[in-house]
Amino acid sequence: MTKLFSSKILWLAIVLGFSANASAQMMINGAGATFPYPIYSKWFDEYAKVDPSVRFNYQSIGSGGGQKQILAQTVDFGASDGPMSDENLAKAPGKILHIPTVAGAVVMTYNVPGNPSLKLDGETIADIFLGKIKKWNDPKIAATNAGVKLADNEIVVVHRSDGSGTTFIFTDYLSKVSAEWKQKAGNNTSVNWPTGIGGKGNEGVSGQVKQTPGALGYVELIYALQNKMPYAELKNAAGDFVKPTIESVTAALATAEIPDDFRFSITNAPGKEAYPIAGATWLLVYQQQKDAAKGKKLVEFLKWAAKNGEKMAKDLQYAPLPDNLQQRVLARINEIKM
Amino acid sequence: MEIALPPTTAAPVEPRSAASAMAPPSRFGDKAFEWLTLAMAMALVVLVVLISWQLWRGSSLAVQKFGFRFLTTSTWDPVAEQFGALPFIYGTLVSSLIALVIAVPLSIATAAYLTELAPLWIRQPLVSLIEMLAAIPSVILGLWGIFVMVPWLRDYPFPWLKRFFGWTPFFTGPIYGPSMLAGGLIIAIMILPIITSVSREILRSVPNLQREAAYALGATRWEATRIAVLSYAKNGLFGATILGLGRALGETMAVTMVIGNTPQIAASLFKPGYTLASVLANEFTEATTDMYLQALFEIGLVLFGITILVNLLAQLLLRTISTTSATRAVQ
Repeated sequence: MTKLFSSKILWLAIVLGFSANASAQMMINGAGATFPYPIYSKWFDEYAKVDPSVRFNYQSIGSGGGQKQILAQTVDFGASDGPMSDENLAKAPGKILHIPTVAGAVVMTYNVPGNPSLKLDGETIADIFLGKIKKWNDPKIAATNAGVKLADNEIVVVHRSDGSGTTFIFTDYLSKVSAEWKQKAGNNTSVNWPTGIGGKGNEGVSGQVKQTPGALGYVELIYALQNKMPYAELKNAAGDFVKPTIESVTAALATAEIPDDFRFSITNAPGKEAYPIAGATWLLVYQQQKDAAKGKKLVEFLKWAAKNGEKMAKDLQYAPLPDNLQQRVLARINEIKM
Repeated sequence: MEIALPPTTAAPVEPRSAASAMAPPSRFGDKAFEWLTLAMAMALVVLVVLISWQLWRGSSLAVQKFGFRFLTTSTWDPVAEQFGALPFIYGTLVSSLIALVIAVPLSIATAAYLTELAPLWIRQPLVSLIEMLAAIPSVILGLWGIFVMVPWLRDYPFPWLKRFFGWTPFFTGPIYGPSMLAGGLIIAIMILPIITSVSREILRSVPNLQREAAYALGATRWEATRIAVLSYAKNGLFGATILGLGRALGETMAVTMVIGNTPQIAASLFKPGYTLASVLANEFTEATTDMYLQALFEIGLVLFGITILVNLLAQLLLRTISTTSATRAVQ
């Protein structure tokens, strides 16, 4: 009897404790891109120590979902791996600001006998993905890989089958370096692939590249690193071969042309050290916040992320924004009105 | 051949007992029960109607824009917003067909072994194992497919098939691994447990008199199983197959991981394919434009329609089979 009674008291205490806690804390909801999910969760964790009165709830439902949710105003902020289109922005009930947070590299990973380190240029990649270059010993591949002996093997193209920001970045790059690609396939989160087999997710592509002799695919840098897969050095717009690293992505951010609304693309950036297939990810917020208290907390968080959060990026293999861009982002955050 | 059953002994009608003289018992409980079950049954119908209405509403723009072309063209181009679902429809039907061709004989043979032949001590462990197969999450099976099944298929069975059956159009062309055949195989693995357990229940419900009669006529074990059991349970086994087909049509994750996800129509089963369920799972989360989303909704509508159509056809077929066998019995 006493036991039962005390357990009841305990439950009461727990329930009261929770509700007291909940009323003191503000909940800010966000949804969207999966690519930055690891760093965003790290930020929310760390920020809980800075400001315990606010909690973040982020659902990584995909960039498309993030854009839809912010348009429908069901979340306080959205997140997307690609900037919103004019068509979608026109549907918004207010002005939506794009806040870039971090960037990442998309790498060309392959599976050939011995896995030598390879160098590729954009035109060759486009021709392979168009199905025009079919063999690993093609003279176009040999031209950039003097000294590497590649066999007469068929190239098995592996691409993402699911719609994804990674595909958006990759096809954005191909559209810039190949007119034929632009005309035949174009640029989107998912396109009408001229050739190849589709793998679901980064894990699906890396799995299929690893399992298929002669395969060539594209994945986010972290997946190639985790799976210890080889990846190619790429020829950038300046004509230099560059390895995908955090530094070479930040170099792309620093040298790409960035318009005032931050709806930019950093593929094929002009810098000498810039890695050509890279992309940023954005948070989407309304310039005019409906809930003043929430808006204030959100702005505080965004400023903290731009100043302190950026420092955590490298540990998680994301490229932080260069200083000049960071200053511009902070100025943009200050434009949010309550 | 029909085996005459002894007439069921009907319970003799008792004269009304003294209880009937008392006030009739309240029928409220019966009524309430009837209404409750009716409400439950109607809820299911309403659910189906709501789903189809939602799918229709979500895809109305695409239906208007593409019309019948949606079902007959093969271009799926989200950039140019040209959408045709034919390769997905083809992929769904072909992969399910491959799955049935592999799974049905295996399942029925397993069920027959479990009910007719297996020693008693082995039955329960085997049944549990098969049920465990059903409990493996789809995505785990898919990962196993990528890392174990597909490389193995590529290195051993596929080259063998190409060598001996390369003269048919089904086993030609380069072998990548992820393919329509791999997709069909993984679906077969997924529908094996359901067809096996339903078939087993059906075979168990075959009256023992059937078997005894067959043995009495001098049938061997195989003949008894074939004539007295399998033939008797034909309709039920067909029903089990349809249940499996229903699952096969909608199977998503595991298939997506091994089928290669390429919207094309190719006779060779070594070529990658694509299914309706897979394209939905793949593209829905990142679709941003209206027409793209509408087209994906229409894919959902088509899948829904195909499932209903296949079920209707199956029921029709079942009815034809049972009426013809009934007429044969009369003759």
